[in-house]
Amino acid sequence: MAEAAPLPLAADTDSLAGGGTAVDVRAVSHQFRLSGARLPVLDGIEFSAEPGEFVALLGPSGCGKSTLLRLIAGLERPTAGEIAVGGRPVDRPDPSRILVFQDPTLFPWASVRQNVTTGLEARGVLKQERGRVGEALALVGLAGFADAYPHQLSGGMAQRVALARALVNDPALLLLDEPLGKLDSLTRLTLQTELVGLWQRNGFTALLVTHDVEEALLLASRIVVFSDRPARINAEFRFDKPYPRHRDAPDLVAMRRRILGALGFAT
Amino acid sequence: MTDAAQTFDDLAIADPTSTFGGIWRSGVLAALSWAAAALITVGLPDVVPWGSAKLFAGLTAGAAAVFLVLSFVVQRLGRAGEVLRHYGPWFVAVGVWLALWELATAKFGWLPKPFFSPPHGILNVYVTDGPRLLLCIVYTLRLWSLGFLSGIVVGYGAGVALGWSKPFAYWGMPLLKLIGPVPATAWIPVTFYFFPTTFGASIFIVALASGIPVAILTASGVGSVSRAYYDVGRILGARSWYLIRRVAIPAAMPHVFVGLFMALYYSFAVLVVAEMLGAKYGLGWYIQFQTAYSGYANVYAAIIIMAVLCAGIVRLLFVVRDRLLRWQEGFI
Repeated sequence: MAEAAPLPLAADTDSLAGGGTAVDVRAVSHQFRLSGARLPVLDGIEFSAEPGEFVALLGPSGCGKSTLLRLIAGLERPTAGEIAVGGRPVDRPDPSRILVFQDPTLFPWASVRQNVTTGLEARGVLKQERGRVGEALALVGLAGFADAYPHQLSGGMAQRVALARALVNDPALLLLDEPLGKLDSLTRLTLQTELVGLWQRNGFTALLVTHDVEEALLLASRIVVFSDRPARINAEFRFDKPYPRHRDAPDLVAMRRRILGALGFAT
Repeated sequence: MTDAAQTFDDLAIADPTSTFGGIWRSGVLAALSWAAAALITVGLPDVVPWGSAKLFAGLTAGAAAVFLVLSFVVQRLGRAGEVLRHYGPWFVAVGVWLALWELATAKFGWLPKPFFSPPHGILNVYVTDGPRLLLCIVYTLRLWSLGFLSGIVVGYGAGVALGWSKPFAYWGMPLLKLIGPVPATAWIPVTFYFFPTTFGASIFIVALASGIPVAILTASGVGSVSRAYYDVGRILGARSWYLIRRVAIPAAMPHVFVGLFMALYYSFAVLVVAEMLGAKYGLGWYIQFQTAYSGYANVYAAIIIMAVLCAGIVRLLFVVRDRLLRWQEGFI
């Protein structure tokens, strides 16, 4: 894991270093309507993230963490409460805060380059910013795959493309919904390291939903623990350790025990 | 590695498309069967004369000679040689078929005139009625292309609107479902009222037959695009128009092509009927005209042209589809 040092600030990728933004979630509750019945998924969520912070949202599968990310991304409006990003209320999706899903969800009909271009083209800034596409692909180590189609990529490569597709827009907030959840464990280790590198060099605020305690501790400086559905915030842990972190470092192991305790697993 | 190569060679020898001792077996057999067809055609007298027997015998004998030459050189022809070898058994079978066909019709009269025609009878139609058939091909292609193209353009536009917009779907879908199953030709009485010329009415019938399957399949394609793709688009800053152009339309393409293939077959099917509406030329018109005068050899001749045209256009659509849906490779 020695290569977890921050990626070198190559001159040709400088334009992708934008900086982060603050996130404020105030008393947010949310319900789904399923065939008439109301299913509460979030219950009075209250938390905030500082600009450039890496926060992990940890909790059991299906507890509503992903819904919270969708709300912050602006894909849906909360039933109650308010969400603000960078001091401005969220009322619709915006390319300054980008959600990366567990499935890469690349457009299968578009090449890797066209996939990464989507955000720039949709906003009509492709002409001025075309150079970013190559930078973003280089940043995730896929410079040679611009003309490949998604079906030709492995799971890890596809998720890298999804990251490039997000980063090309220089988001101030990156919402990561278990982005490594479906990858094999070795690819996962590599991408965890790369994710830290991208975060350190670009400076965006990152909210990572995961149910993997170790992943949360390897990546985040703060860990918010959610209860089962409807999700409430159970506990918060600060873990300000330098990177690269090691999964068997004593302080990490100790913290993992505390967090597992908070999740209801006696160790 | 060598084992695998060995097995492959064994297979190649067992394969009838292969060569044996440097000579292409199917090529020799094809030369024999085509030569037999030629000999039967000139050697035995016609029960009733059909004309063009010598020309047909000359052509089949020429083909036999070509197959004979190919039997020795096909290995040196590379890619084209491989294709020829693949179709070797077919070449043999067609020669046998031509020979039997000659015997059953012209030579022994088991299948009598005028209901059946020997191959040289059909050839005689092309020789004697060639210019008129060419004109018919042009007329048919003009009617078909105008009808098909206008049909699929309108059908596609309607399909995208129906699949994308809720109000469109609310008002349009029931209508489409009601009209869809009605054969296009059932609208002939109405079209006579609305279209000033019979040519316009014919185009409309072909367009209707092609447009409806495209509209239905496009609508279902656009409607079934995974919501996750729209979510990604919206997150990246896309508005409706961009989502339609860059997400809904390409994602629906596989469905659209199913619709296009259906449209092709329907349009060919109504072509003959559409040419009943007072057309002066056209393959459908020709078939009806000749049927009325018991010119069955002419009917077969026109049917063969139609079949070849249809197959060619279908093939063309496959090429277009494979280019446009290249991204689907691997999960078709």
